[in-house]
Order: sequence, then C-alpha cells, then structure tokens
Amino acid sequence: MRQWRLHPLMMLLPVLAAALAGRLLPVWTLSLATVAASNALVALGIVILARTGNVSFGQGLFFAAGGYGVALVANAWGITDAAAQMLIGAACGGLLGLLIGPLIARYSGIFFGMLTLALSMVFYGALVKSTALGGSDGFNVGRPTLFGIVFVDPREADFMLYAISVVTTGIAGIAAAILFRSEFGLVSLAVRENNLRVEYLGLSANRVIVANFAIAAAFAGASGAFALMAQRHIDPQFAYWTTSGEFVFIAVLAGYQTVMAVYVASLALELVRSFSNLYLPNTWQLVLGLFLLAVILFLPRGIGSLWAGKPRRSGAPAMAEPVPERGGAP
Amino acid sequence: MTAVLSARKLNKRFGAVIAADELSLDLAAGERISLIGANGAGKTTFVNMATGYLKPDSGSIALDGADIGRCSPRHVARLGISRSFQIPQLFIDLTAVENLAVAIAGARSEALSPFAPAEARGRRAQAIGLLQRFGLEEQADRPISELAGGVRKLVDIAMALARRPKLLLLDEPTSGVSAEEKFATMDRVIHAVAPDAATIVFVEHDMEIVSRYADRVVAFYSGRIIADGEPQAVLRDPDVRRYVTGGQR
Repeated sequence: MRQWRLHPLMMLLPVLAAALAGRLLPVWTLSLATVAASNALVALGIVILARTGNVSFGQGLFFAAGGYGVALVANAWGITDAAAQMLIGAACGGLLGLLIGPLIARYSGIFFGMLTLALSMVFYGALVKSTALGGSDGFNVGRPTLFGIVFVDPREADFMLYAISVVTTGIAGIAAAILFRSEFGLVSLAVRENNLRVEYLGLSANRVIVANFAIAAAFAGASGAFALMAQRHIDPQFAYWTTSGEFVFIAVLAGYQTVMAVYVASLALELVRSFSNLYLPNTWQLVLGLFLLAVILFLPRGIGSLWAGKPRRSGAPAMAEPVPERGGAP
Repeated sequence: MTAVLSARKLNKRFGAVIAADELSLDLAAGERISLIGANGAGKTTFVNMATGYLKPDSGSIALDGADIGRCSPRHVARLGISRSFQIPQLFIDLTAVENLAVAIAGARSEALSPFAPAEARGRRAQAIGLLQRFGLEEQADRPISELAGGVRKLVDIAMALARRPKLLLLDEPTSGVSAEEKFATMDRVIHAVAPDAATIVFVEHDMEIVSRYADRVVAFYSGRIIADGEPQAVLRDPDVRRYVTGGQR
C-alpha cells in the first residue's frame, strides 16, 4: 500500500489554525490547553532522546533550569516579553543539557535514567536550600508581555500564552518530524540499536546522544518558561521527581510512533485529570488510574498506535520508500 | 611491497590466556590474506587490536606508519580500517538501505545533517549502489530482521566497504552460510571488494575457502604465528597440520 506523507512544513498551517482557534475556545480550556502544550514539549524531548535508546527520568531538572533562568532574568533586567522568555528558557535548558550530556552519555539504559533522576533531585535539593532563590517557597514574577503589548484583560493574556505555547510546541513538533527523517535522525536510531557498530563506522555515538539530549533539554527549558508565565511563580517543585515522572508518563502514553501522539496524549491526560477532579474531587486519582490501565491494556504501544500502523520503530521512516508488496524471504 | 599494516611484538593476555605473544606481522597493500587457527589461537584478538577494540599490553601496531595501538575503533575506522563481524552487527529494525546509509554517513567527513532527509543528495542511490555490488538491491527496503543469515553477512560486509577502506578485515565471512552457498558468497565478496583494491584480511576456518581465495595465509597458534606464506605451503606445514587443520586437505 502506498504510504502518503505530508511534508512537515505543511503542518505550519494546522499549527497556526490551532493557535487562532483559541479565539473560539471557552476561557477555561485555554489554560488547560496551554499546560497540555507545554507538557507535550517536554514529552516530545523525551521521545527525541528515546530514539537513541535512552530515557531521561529527570527532565524536571531542565524544566526548572528554564523556569528559574527566565524568572531571574525577568526580575533582574525586566525582560517580560513572552517570546524572549521562551528563548531564554530554551537556552538555559539547552546549555545545561550540553554541560551534563557528555558526562552521562557514556551510560545507557537504567543507569542513564537513574543518573538523570539523581541530578534533578540534587538540583531540587539545592533549590530548596537556596534562600536567595526563595527556598521551598520560590518567588514570583510579573505578567508576561508580547512584542511590547501589555495584556491587562486576563482573557487576552490567557489567549496570548495559549497561542505562543501552541505555536512553539507546533514548530518544535515540525522540527522533530524533520529531524526524525534526517540523516541525524537515522543515525540516532542506529545508536539505539547498536552503538558499538556506529563507532566502528567512524561515527561518535556519544555525540549523537549528547545532541539529542541537548535538544530534549532545550525543549524542557522552553516548557519551564511557559509554566512560569502561566503561574507567574516558580518554586523547587519544578525540579521534583513527580514533575519529571509526569513528562515520562505522557511520553509513554503517547508511544513512540508519531509526533502528533505526544500532543494528543498530553491533552488527553489534562482533560481526564481536570474532569475527574471536577466531578469526582475525592477519587480523581482512581479515574486517572483507570484511564491509564485502559490505555495500557488496549493501546500497549500508546495512543499513537491508533493511527500509526508500523510498530517497528519510533518516528517517521528515514529512508523507506513505498514497497508495493513484500516478497518472500530469500 | 609497502606495508599497509605493521604489527611489532604485540602482546595481549586475558588472565592466564595468552592471546598475542610477541606477534609481528606486516600486511602489504593489495594482498588478500587469510588468518587461520583453532579457536582461541589469537586471530580475532589480532583483528580486535587492529581495529582499536582491544589495546595491546605492549608492542606497536601502525597503519601506513602511524601508530594506531591506542586509537578508538572510531578513530581507526576514520584512518581507513573497516571490519565485518563473525555475527553480523547490523541495525536490525532498519532496512538494508538504511543500514548502508548509516555507514555512508560515517564515511563522509562532514557533520551529520539534522535537516536534509536521509535519502537526499543521492545518498539513497549511493546506498543502493553498494547493495548492487553484492547483488542485494532487491532486499534494499526490507528490514534486516526479515533477511536470511547469509544476506545479513553480505550487508555487514557492504557496510564495512562504504568507507572505501585501505584495509578490510572480515571475521569469518562464510560462517553460518550453507556449504552450497559458501563459494557463491565468497565470490560475491571478492567481486564487490575488487573495485576498491583494498587489502583484505579474512579470518577463516574453511580450508577450501582459504586455499581458493587467499594469496597469503598466516597461521596462528596460542597467540603466535606458526606459519606465514603461500596457501599451499602453509597448509602443508607440519605444525599447521598438527595444530590448525588437523589434516584437512
């Protein structure tokens, strides 16, 4: 069967349409969708990194680094522009990822995951003890602006944040789709399968892992900036292991089939959590647990498997061309 | 003739096991050399030291005069030594052409592109071209997991060839290949490698293959070289008959 593939850049139109659709959405959905898009950005980074065979259980580290970095810059120099804050968050996360990546790229599997978790918890501990950063209470920041526009109306402010988070995560998704199809994306998959052979071919498996790690860290940093803008407050909880766990959770829920699945999973999780919290305030965790059980039982390869048929690997195929019919084994 | 690879007094021990014992060996450009020996004689250890996977305890090993004894497999590959494996080391979920594309990416000097599609700029054509040399173009878009053992061997060798190496080390290229197919497999390998005129070293247990395809045979025993020369002379050597072939041929 011929496989029809859309060029990733064509996805810019639906991204812009989704951002503008915020004008039609009820007010209460805007903050929910903003959180979902922001969380999806971190989960997308986890999926990118997972293509090298490594899962980070400590993305809260970069999420917090982005958030704290933006908060400190905002309070010190008065930079309140949302786009600038997003870029500062991504830079903080990405630079920290580039610093840590080479140290942990030599580890793999559970050791890699536990090291990332340990580093995030060290950062959490340092934040809690740091009185200059408000200790366990954290500190507040001002309302974000955009290109010099101050949003006094809360609905306008919510829409601005929604639009910029949707556009950012949408562009990140398009970039991820391009990355998955690229030569670099192909080698990332090769690293996951046999990193020693990659070295024998003259390529550095560690550099590939570090580059993917830094991308994931930059995405987490940008997401931390969005979380800060939404809450206008930051505290060490950003780096706590439950925060990191939630991002991994979205990635697992999405599966590693498609980029779109990450957004769908993040939005589904936020919707289930919000509605179960609203209608069953005392037992909402039970509903969430049942939802997860249902996904694990009926969609073991994640939500993405609903529309991505091939189970053989994550992301879009890098070099496969449509094969009319597979022949028999040679 | 100029030595492409020159090993001098290599020593390597694994506990009480001596895998290389004052091993000295020169490989000349364009030679087709077979390494023979019983299991544990030190053939694969030599290949592993020549490709940077193992570091010798002492001694030196040089490629075109430059010491590579302390280099990593990646560095050695970039200097011009490629290898295939007794058990093919492939990316099992990727297709044959994607495996070749990774090898071609490794052979280029520029950084990996995060933007250009993997099949861009004729890269797919280049990968298919390599598969064609081995008669595998029909298998190009099939995942490795669906391919038979013999085909995997050839893909493994094709990947090693992507770099156009000065020295190609093949670890048992016909192991796991049926008796009927072993000559056909070897013919394909020799035919595919010929355009690059690389020095070829192949570790082999099958003396029919050795005598037919090698123009020089080096026999190993207990980490030492016990015979080195033309195939018929080496295979007739009494020590080789006693310790290696057990009277084969």
